[in-house]
Amino acid sequence: MLTPILVMSGIGTIAAIGLGIAGKIFYVDEDPRIKHVLDLLPGANCGGCGFAGCSACAEALVEGSAPASICVVGGAETAGEIAGYLGLGDVNIEPQMATPDCKGGSRAIKKYTYSGFDDCRAAMQYYRGPIECDHGCIGLGTCVKACKFGAIEMGHEGLPVFDPDRCVGCGECVRACPKGIISVISEKTKILHWNQYTECLAPCRQKCPAQINIPKYIKFIREGKYTEALLTIKERNPLPLVCGRVCPEPCALACRRSIEDEPVAINYLKRFVADWEMEQGTRLPIPISPSTGYRVAIVGGGPAGLTAAYFLRRLGHEVEIFELKPKLGGMLRYGIPEYRLPKKILDWEIQGILDLGVKVTTTVEFGKDFTLELLKAEGFQSVILAVGAWSEHQLKIEGDHLEGVYSGINFLEQFHGDSLPPVGKRVVVIGGGNTAMDAARSSLRLGSEKVTIVYRRSRDEMPANPAEIVAAEEENIEFAFLSAPNRILGDSGKVTSLEVLAMKLGESDKDGRRRPVVIEGSERIIECDTIIQAIGQFPDLKFNHGPMKLELPETRWHTIDAEETTLQTDIPDIFTAGDCFTGPGLAVEAIAAGRYVARSVHYHMTEGEIPPIYDQQKDFIYGSLHESILGVHSTPKIHESVICLEDRLGTFLEVEGTINEQDALNESKRCLDCGVYCYSEDPPELQQVSQVGIAEIKVSQN
Amino acid sequence: MDLILLAISAIFVNNILLAQYLGNCPFMGVSKKLSTSLGMGVAVIFVATLASIFTWLVYYYILVPLELKYIQTLIFILIIASLVQFVEIFLKRFSKGLYNALGIYLPLITTNCAVMGIALLNIKHEFGFWEMVVFSISSAAGFTLAILLFASIRERLFISHVPQFMRGSAIALVTAGIMSLSFMGFCGMVN
Repeated sequence: MLTPILVMSGIGTIAAIGLGIAGKIFYVDEDPRIKHVLDLLPGANCGGCGFAGCSACAEALVEGSAPASICVVGGAETAGEIAGYLGLGDVNIEPQMATPDCKGGSRAIKKYTYSGFDDCRAAMQYYRGPIECDHGCIGLGTCVKACKFGAIEMGHEGLPVFDPDRCVGCGECVRACPKGIISVISEKTKILHWNQYTECLAPCRQKCPAQINIPKYIKFIREGKYTEALLTIKERNPLPLVCGRVCPEPCALACRRSIEDEPVAINYLKRFVADWEMEQGTRLPIPISPSTGYRVAIVGGGPAGLTAAYFLRRLGHEVEIFELKPKLGGMLRYGIPEYRLPKKILDWEIQGILDLGVKVTTTVEFGKDFTLELLKAEGFQSVILAVGAWSEHQLKIEGDHLEGVYSGINFLEQFHGDSLPPVGKRVVVIGGGNTAMDAARSSLRLGSEKVTIVYRRSRDEMPANPAEIVAAEEENIEFAFLSAPNRILGDSGKVTSLEVLAMKLGESDKDGRRRPVVIEGSERIIECDTIIQAIGQFPDLKFNHGPMKLELPETRWHTIDAEETTLQTDIPDIFTAGDCFTGPGLAVEAIAAGRYVARSVHYHMTEGEIPPIYDQQKDFIYGSLHESILGVHSTPKIHESVICLEDRLGTFLEVEGTINEQDALNESKRCLDCGVYCYSEDPPELQQVSQVGIAEIKVSQN
Repeated sequence: MDLILLAISAIFVNNILLAQYLGNCPFMGVSKKLSTSLGMGVAVIFVATLASIFTWLVYYYILVPLELKYIQTLIFILIIASLVQFVEIFLKRFSKGLYNALGIYLPLITTNCAVMGIALLNIKHEFGFWEMVVFSISSAAGFTLAILLFASIRERLFISHVPQFMRGSAIALVTAGIMSLSFMGFCGMVN
């Protein structure tokens, strides 16, 4: 009896002593901080950080191989505690949230039945998902099962709905989704993101230069969530008040609704929410990332410069704008007349950007009052040149020096001077662009009796916004198409008339525009006392050749030459954006360029190189425009109220009004909430009404 | 030749999991993902071999001379438990990579009946030293093979349409049973 006890205790003792000695000999000095950090972590073991459980994460935190903000569950609070304990100082934490990128849901997959599956991944293994749409949600709710925090449920549209209060951004759903339609994104990634071919992009989103998520904000308007709608716009465009008034809506040209009736009045809706914010009087808070310590100087405070400043500030950089004119706004202020964009509104919008902490120095000229060396010496890491296109082409014809001959931008700029520009009774404006329309309509408001626009091609070729041309016609401005100025006639140094030659359209040039050809012997005289020429602009790059010796390469259109994909010039720290790179363009294009250059500058400063945008969407996605849209019936588009003709003459009152809330709600219902291929049909009862209506018409015709 | 036969028999015919049904807890618990079951399998091969060597030595050089065969189970538990602890301490110090790779599976094995089963079978079959080594490695390899196959099936099962009442362990046990049946087919390989 004794032996087994002795043997048992003997072996036990040997094992214990062995382990004890081994423990001493092989002792690994484990950092006691690991345990403390582990206590600070929430202990969800979710794996959202990428480590195998909280203990591995704690070890990495103490080693310093993981940032304090790594725990997605704990969020800012935990990150702060850990950083405080480990002495890491400020933490750079951004809230992250999962969002679905599919809009189709049940409407996109109804043609396919996933019999016998209850998991998207299984459906993918057998059918590869809906054949029609490569992008869409399969809707079997695998993400719902994958979520450890109960933040996802399947909505009635067959799409996952995320609960922002519960979602911690751990990314489990992203890993579970076989279609890759869920992404966990922070505000920063939203700013740095550009459209890709692999995304589900509605036709309007493909066309908008600024890449605003149009269906998303219209959907918010439909739901009465104006705050969310405006924030959606401001993710891409800091100037909705301006764009809501002056944008020619490239997006509406692609609107799928126009197959059935008319495009959705996208811009009226944008203007409605933007004005809604201004009428509230309080600005919506815009999230800003913690400071990075990098400094950026922006030369030029126009739409491109302001947008770049806005986004760089939001990315946490310190931004200062240097502006030549006394006030910010660039062409928006000095080129667009008061009746289209009241300056009070522009001021309010710009102040919103400056309130984010953007510094401004006005009335300083680059190359004269300050130089690149000075900016470098002051600690600016990067410089963005967004000087616009302010030089004007001049007609080189006989009599161009006579009194009463002005150039377009110079003319419009005088509205901001001490005295209004002197115009006579009969004004001729030469050119077919927006500057010409603005000059003509402004002259009318200054008291001219007759205004004629002389353009050498026909109406179809006019580069001005179609809405502007219509408004000019409404205001009884005369158009002389296919007419080229030949010489200006004068009497005792003053303009008396303009001689024009008739033209005809000849062969197309390489841009596809038909080149006008002179008809010999077709001279005719237009009586006038003022001539405003608005025949095109190009950037004023005086600083490039001056004493500063910047010597950046220029293109043959006198624009700054830069790398197209990054907007970086030959001097790596100098970037460019807007009209001075592309030549005169739309405000929304300058806004797009502002965000694009902000992305480049951000990566250039923080990472040293600018990653290319994978699969960047540039052309229209094939097949996203249909020939017919079944199940949608015609409803007319809302029209903005305009002031009557009498009120327009002699005053600079804003011509177009903002639509009211009810109209905005009705108009937002016209949006089909398109995906790249799918769209929302009208509810069945509406469709029936429409078909009955058609049947009645047919009967009555018979 | 005998050793090769022994190995094949241990891996396929008398598979420790599917024929003897030992080591059922990790088989159910750690077989949801292929990657974790691979980790478990490797850890079992490592520990089972070491444990078998130690228990075999203790049995033949301490218990047999002292005629204490009847307390072998108790002794083996003691040895395996302390051995696993020792290995963990040792690896943590000298092989951080292997330690991280085996990770949480090492302590789990302390209570793994497959390891204990292999140690006891070595004695039952009265193996010599080299036979014992080959048998231990092969049996553990058989465990790894079974758990890997099972994990692959379970990954598919997870996304398949399973009736509500059969989900989870229920369908897993049914699957394991069918796997066992199919492994019976190897019986004809070795006599």
